[in-house]
Amino acid sequence: MVTGHGRVEQAVRVWLPVGFFLLLALFPFYWMAVTSVKPNAELYNKNLMPLLVQNPTLKHYIGLLTETSFLVWTWNTLVVAVISTAISLVLGTMLAYPLARMRFAGAGLIAMTVAAIYLVPQPLLFLPLADVINRLNLGNTLTAVILTYPTMLVPFCAWLLIGYFKTVPKELEEAARIDGASRLQTMRRIFLPLCTPGFISAGIFAFTLSQNEFLYALIFLTQSSVRTVPVGVIAELIRGDVFYWGQLMAGALLGSIPVALIYSFFVEHYVAGLTSGSVKG
Amino acid sequence: MSIRTEPLTGVAQAQRRGRPASLAAWLDREAVFSWLMMAAPILFLAAFVGYPFVYGILLSLQDRPIAKPGTFVGLQNFIRDFNDPIFWRVAVNTFVYTGVATLLKMVGGLGLAVAMNQNFRMKNLVRALLLLPFIVPTVLSTVAWMWMLDPAFSIFNWFLIALGMPKPGPSWLGNPYLAMASIIVINTWRGLPFYGITLLAGLQTVPPELYEAATIDGASGWQRFRYVTLPLLQPIILIVTLFSVIFTFADFQLVYVLTHGGPQNATHLFATYAFDIGMGAGQLGLGASVALMMLPALALLILALTLYMRRQ
Repeated sequence: MVTGHGRVEQAVRVWLPVGFFLLLALFPFYWMAVTSVKPNAELYNKNLMPLLVQNPTLKHYIGLLTETSFLVWTWNTLVVAVISTAISLVLGTMLAYPLARMRFAGAGLIAMTVAAIYLVPQPLLFLPLADVINRLNLGNTLTAVILTYPTMLVPFCAWLLIGYFKTVPKELEEAARIDGASRLQTMRRIFLPLCTPGFISAGIFAFTLSQNEFLYALIFLTQSSVRTVPVGVIAELIRGDVFYWGQLMAGALLGSIPVALIYSFFVEHYVAGLTSGSVKG
Repeated sequence: MSIRTEPLTGVAQAQRRGRPASLAAWLDREAVFSWLMMAAPILFLAAFVGYPFVYGILLSLQDRPIAKPGTFVGLQNFIRDFNDPIFWRVAVNTFVYTGVATLLKMVGGLGLAVAMNQNFRMKNLVRALLLLPFIVPTVLSTVAWMWMLDPAFSIFNWFLIALGMPKPGPSWLGNPYLAMASIIVINTWRGLPFYGITLLAGLQTVPPELYEAATIDGASGWQRFRYVTLPLLQPIILIVTLFSVIFTFADFQLVYVLTHGGPQNATHLFATYAFDIGMGAGQLGLGASVALMMLPALALLILALTLYMRRQ
């Protein structure tokens, strides 16, 4: 029996720790939002209570969108993220299907190599890659990052998809094979359509990882017109010793929105992929 | 295998051994199909991961200014690293950063998972919100932290001063120890949800009967956690920790944005130092040698994790 006292105690036991973690996780975003709508007179006045806004203004947002190339960066980021996610899903599937379904000599070695490549962090490769991109004359093109992001996304998608593919029952494929379908037909017409949830999980992860990428973009993209949001914000909104905090926070907030939107639509897929134990932390 | 399928497999094997009837039949062999399917991704990874990896090793053996041809110098770059006091500072920083941040994420993540493993309303919404630090681009959230740690307008200092600390309060990014503490806290803030939500998924697979049995045997809350929960979570904790250690060890973004390695190299990590030498000072060879010094530790970790994941 739940008494009034018991209910209060239970609420405290749940919401005290959960509330603490929520406050910790969300305060920086609150602070971003508050800062982005404060006029400079409030931002740099130490005598005011900083947690609230007295005269909210959209000045920083207007400045960000009209005085800087923020919209161009946003467009670049989306183009790069969408194309490299698509490439990675296709190439990842081409690796994952044989590794999940076929038996052939060398499968174990390839699977191990894919897992190992997936775990190689970018800082180990960025200097030689910079030289490779220079020699290919791809500096300051979106192609440079569209080609290099899949180096981390392909092994990642492959690894996640292998796990997903193995959970799909084999009966339909076997039936198609008995009916005389080739392996390629079986894979394309019968198997892949069954795997949409796996593709959504891998796709969202690849998309958020591309939006998050910074090191390659920083090295390969040095002109404003080709920059992505993270690099543009760091390289152009932080000007010398003078910080435009209002604009910076507006940029940080707007830059987070595409990822947050995609994430909110597919949060269950995201958590499913995360908890399958194959994600970078 | 049932008896009826035996002759069928026999026929299939006989066909496989003989000359294939046609191109289509050849393409339908498991090995042929597999290798053809994997050819494109394997070539891609060989060109953009395999080649740069080998090339990076060659680069580390050269004196190679940016945009100029290099000359082979043997192990001189590595000898220079060993004689460079900043390099050793960087090595210590990287191990401290990785060790402390991983420990905090592990303990905090367990706490988060246990807190979330209760029944309450809006649990899915709370879980989605808690994951935000992990999905928002690191650079952008780090800029927000930079503003929270600003020397003149830090919100933390406002609180501390309101609580009676003398002005102007601590200089978070100006003091070497506080700067290191700051990057550790921010890395923890970002990585904690990953630990928490993954461990939560593990907790939810623990059968309630085990807790009931332990309670009947007189186990306290702590004992149930220590002797039932922890042993069952151990494999997940191990995998999550190895992942996290690898990517914390090679972290770049957070430090580059927040402190750029300063003050006085107190927060430089292998990745940011390699970047400064390779890109900033334009010494590709020396920079590559610094980056490669991450390899022994990383290779061990990657090997351990790959083998462990395969065994699972």
